[in-house]
Amino acid sequence: MSDENPAVTQATLVKKAAPKSDYKPADVSPQRRVQRSFAVRLWSIRHSRLLEWFYARFADTFLLLHPLWKGIGYGRVEAPVKFVEKRVKGFMFDCRMCGQCILSSTGMSCPMNCPKQLRNGPCGGVRANGNCEVEPNMPCVWVKAWEGSQNMVNSDRILTVQKPVDQSLRETSAWLRVTAQAAAAREAADAPKSGAAA
Amino acid sequence: MTGPQRDENPAGIHLPLDPLPGHSSRGRLERVLRRGEFAVTTELNPPDSADPEDVYNRAKIFDGWVDAINAVDASGANCHMSSVGICALLTRMGYAPIMQIACRDKNRIAIQGDVLGGAAMGVANMLCLTGDGVQAGDQPGAKPVFDLDSMSLLETVRIMRDNGKFLSGRKLTTPPQVFLGAAVNPFAPPFDFRPIHLGKKIAAGAQFVQTQYCFDVPMFRTFMQKARDLGHTEKVFILCGVGPLASAKTAKWIRSNVPGIHIPDAVIKRLEGAQDQKKEGKQLCTDIINEVKEIPGVSGIHVMAYRQEEYVAEIVDESGVLKGRQPWKREIRRDDQMVADRLDRILHDEITETQVDMVKTAH
Repeated sequence: MSDENPAVTQATLVKKAAPKSDYKPADVSPQRRVQRSFAVRLWSIRHSRLLEWFYARFADTFLLLHPLWKGIGYGRVEAPVKFVEKRVKGFMFDCRMCGQCILSSTGMSCPMNCPKQLRNGPCGGVRANGNCEVEPNMPCVWVKAWEGSQNMVNSDRILTVQKPVDQSLRETSAWLRVTAQAAAAREAADAPKSGAAA
Repeated sequence: MTGPQRDENPAGIHLPLDPLPGHSSRGRLERVLRRGEFAVTTELNPPDSADPEDVYNRAKIFDGWVDAINAVDASGANCHMSSVGICALLTRMGYAPIMQIACRDKNRIAIQGDVLGGAAMGVANMLCLTGDGVQAGDQPGAKPVFDLDSMSLLETVRIMRDNGKFLSGRKLTTPPQVFLGAAVNPFAPPFDFRPIHLGKKIAAGAQFVQTQYCFDVPMFRTFMQKARDLGHTEKVFILCGVGPLASAKTAKWIRSNVPGIHIPDAVIKRLEGAQDQKKEGKQLCTDIINEVKEIPGVSGIHVMAYRQEEYVAEIVDESGVLKGRQPWKREIRRDDQMVADRLDRILHDEITETQVDMVKTAH
């Protein structure tokens, strides 16, 4: 930006210098090109309280089935569970399979859909209409997350500071991981009690 | 001036200050803030050059007016000299830089390395940012990294400083002693989440925050009210971002092109109505400073005068925020001054000094 002509930025110059072609791709970003509408994602956020209730039951059921998963082997059930999880969460939340799902802490708005993949809150670039800085026609994931979290019972979960994403867990099943961890925690809690009884 | 200035290491201006109890860094900015003085920080326009003089000259115009200088990390995703490089040069000259770290360009491995490198060079303040998206800059084809976000970056540096460990748990032999900063934007939605979000940043490790440009004082006042109600102002030093607008045209352009900057219509009208828009922009900035400095919980200002850096001194002077205090100023060392004076005399005064003459004058 120069004072004489503020309308010309380096970015504009770069864009102008790009070779001309008849084929101009639609949409601004690669992600936007694979993304259909945001309707389902926004529906999920509006019904975050219902989904929260449902997920709690669902997680309990999965935990009940822990002996079954263990019997078959977590490694063996991974493929079919992941297949279902990817499609269901992909449809409902536009899930990106980061493998460490925090939807319950983000008002059922998947933070991996943020072009900056922020997991702890909005950046400073949110547009005045609540849309994303990078993708102008997408509602900001974190504006929606805040709305969604306000409908939920555990609305203060959004205050937890999230750890950085472990990239090595991409494309793995968050459902199985959470179940295995919950089962391990339950066993750890039971262990001292049984020790005292014996 | 004789003797070292306040907040200066007598053994050398480039050396860290003595550690003080309760301080996490050995820098000047933390001392100023913890003493309860109204702090002034500014931003150095990073050069597109490999000449260190460019950095020194750009820092020189702030001399004696600011407590710390932000070394920006490719702001707006435009390529410039790196913040690490600028910090290396500034610390050499005794300035107190605030090293900005953006998550856009570096992953956690590079960032942790830079934190150690920066701290080793004497950088006492680090500002953790998410960074603008690459689409905003001059190289939109670059790969956006965003491995960490501003919050996990804050936590990473805090862990390195307080626990003496990398994120992986591996031990550091000497942890970095840094004063940790973050950015907040009270002027972008979701407005009711912003003060809570600030609380989250404090929990992650923020000790001071700089805000985005404030052109809407009532909006900032509401934000500060909420921050005070939540008790944040006790735990964090808030520096309000301000800056002069060059003209109404620039203001309109910024409003529609730079993400996250909110400029109300009243401001643009005021600029349009002025005879000298540049002067009015400066006056507007001074007026805003005078308003925000009275808001309880505001510990200082962050003056961002992009391409108008020469106005920073005037703005700070006219608003009177320093209340007669003079921030650290780079001065020529006494021995250097002596050599310069002597050289000057020899070159210009046309005297021939012989040893015989010198013996005569010595008595």
